[in-house]
Amino acid sequence: MVPTSYYLILSAIIFTIGAVGVLSRRNALIIIMCVEMMLNSVNLTLIAFAMQWNNLNGQVFVFMVMAVAAAEVAVGLAILIAHFHLSKTTNIDDVNLMKW
Amino acid sequence: MNSALTELNLNAVLPALTMVIAAAVVILLDILNRKGKTPTLAWLPWVALVGVLATAGVSIWLLSQPVSSFQGMAVSDERAQALNLVVLTGAALAILLSVRYIPTVNLQTGEYYTLILLVSAGMMMMGAATDLMVVFLALETFSLGLYILAGLSRISRRSNEAAMKYFLLGAFASAFFVYGAAFVYGATGSTRFDLIAMRLFEGQADVALLAIGVTMLIAGFGFKVSLVPFHMWTPDVYQGSPTPVTAFMSIGTKAAAFAAFYRFFATALPTEQPTWGMALGILAVLTMTLGNLVALRQSSLKRLLAYSSIAHAGYLLVGLATATPAGIDAALYYLIAYAFMNMGAFAVVILLERQGEMDATGNRLKGLAKRHPQVALLMSIFMFSLAGVPPFAGFFAKFFVFAAAVQGGYSWLAAVAMLNSAIGAWYYLRIVVDMYFAEPSEETRIEAQRTSIPVAMTLGIAAVFTVALGVLPWLWTGLVQSGAVTTLALR
Repeated sequence: MVPTSYYLILSAIIFTIGAVGVLSRRNALIIIMCVEMMLNSVNLTLIAFAMQWNNLNGQVFVFMVMAVAAAEVAVGLAILIAHFHLSKTTNIDDVNLMKW
Repeated sequence: MNSALTELNLNAVLPALTMVIAAAVVILLDILNRKGKTPTLAWLPWVALVGVLATAGVSIWLLSQPVSSFQGMAVSDERAQALNLVVLTGAALAILLSVRYIPTVNLQTGEYYTLILLVSAGMMMMGAATDLMVVFLALETFSLGLYILAGLSRISRRSNEAAMKYFLLGAFASAFFVYGAAFVYGATGSTRFDLIAMRLFEGQADVALLAIGVTMLIAGFGFKVSLVPFHMWTPDVYQGSPTPVTAFMSIGTKAAAFAAFYRFFATALPTEQPTWGMALGILAVLTMTLGNLVALRQSSLKRLLAYSSIAHAGYLLVGLATATPAGIDAALYYLIAYAFMNMGAFAVVILLERQGEMDATGNRLKGLAKRHPQVALLMSIFMFSLAGVPPFAGFFAKFFVFAAAVQGGYSWLAAVAMLNSAIGAWYYLRIVVDMYFAEPSEETRIEAQRTSIPVAMTLGIAAVFTVALGVLPWLWTGLVQSGAVTTLALR
């Protein structure tokens, strides 16, 4: 059997890639994809822990995270489209009417 | 497990449930009455308001009957209901402010009121949740609604920008939150607060994993209440969102996130109080100091109120860090006082705005007392209360929180907080000085179409309660039956 720590290290690596992507990429679409990647790495963590503790809490949590991630993408893309209608750009460096 | 179904007691989630039903009624009425492109029903806000008042009735009815259900995932107790009343106050006053305002920025009023009600339902679940899974779902329910509300004005680039920034940073923060929750689950094998505490007590928990998880949870919560290293979004989102949404957001998110914050720490990690108390204390110091110092040099009223709300989050955190019953009751009193005075301040901002603008500069307040003495008087009440001048509610809120901090052994924190309220008083009182002692310019005027009966009602209700809760604090403390604050006041 593969030890739990392998899954945890893998998911930590994926989470870090996602987080670095959010901070370094300038295209809002890619940032949304990076956030999705972070959420999926959390799912992997939860499943690994569920296996380790031998209970179902973690697996149920994964379904909740999936549902929330889907809702989040729906809202995020809607906001992105509304923004694109007005400003014709998806680059977040141009989102600067107000100082950050 | 067979009896699990019979153990479900809907009372634990009844307020949120009532709110969701009200939201469904509002959206159905809107859809059924919509013909072509005609604007939606003018009386829809009043339906939403009835829903809010009905929920408040349910909450007050549930005050005296604590119950825990859904296999320990949700509770209804005095603190949960007190939080509900804070959220409902914010929602009711925000709806009143929106009656005339929202049709000027977006014609789809049906969706707007539905979202306000659904967001309130999510916020109320935050106070009732006793399981990290429920906290996460409630957090996302209200956050997703607020992202849309921030971008409600689709023709305004600022509103779009606010929604965009709020969404991207918010989604990033919730990823950290849920990763933290996963680690807490990994460390203890449960997401339920009482089971986490039990595993920790039995020594079965992996403390290193738990520490990583809790740190990430603090980052996620800290983002929602805009504690200092995680506050960058606050001024922009507050400035860009439609003003009634900003007002609702400033009260609701704070109340909800602090309630869940407290319940998690007090129920799941009671034995680690010295550690997290210190961590929260340090965050409180950073938050108050930065919020107050940056607020000193803001020209936009909404940005000023945004930094002031960051500072107030710091004062609230002082109450939570002590973790004594007195500290928590003081924080709850602080929340209800803040709800009324902040709503009042935002109502005045709405009066000072111009068509299609959604913000106002501080210059428009100069000499306001000579042109509009009533508005200036009300604004002074709110500013004195926010600054913490007796006998208004804001003074007693600060007094209770600081007293609880001293009693709980956090005297240094109380000292820093007092110093900070002195800095804060400067920019609130400067507004009062501007209104009464400066000469009016051509900018100082309130356009006739900004004033309406619902806005006047909001101003009146906010002012009456800001004074009444200050003069008679037992109005609130007696209602939530805790007694701790009242005994403090008598001492």
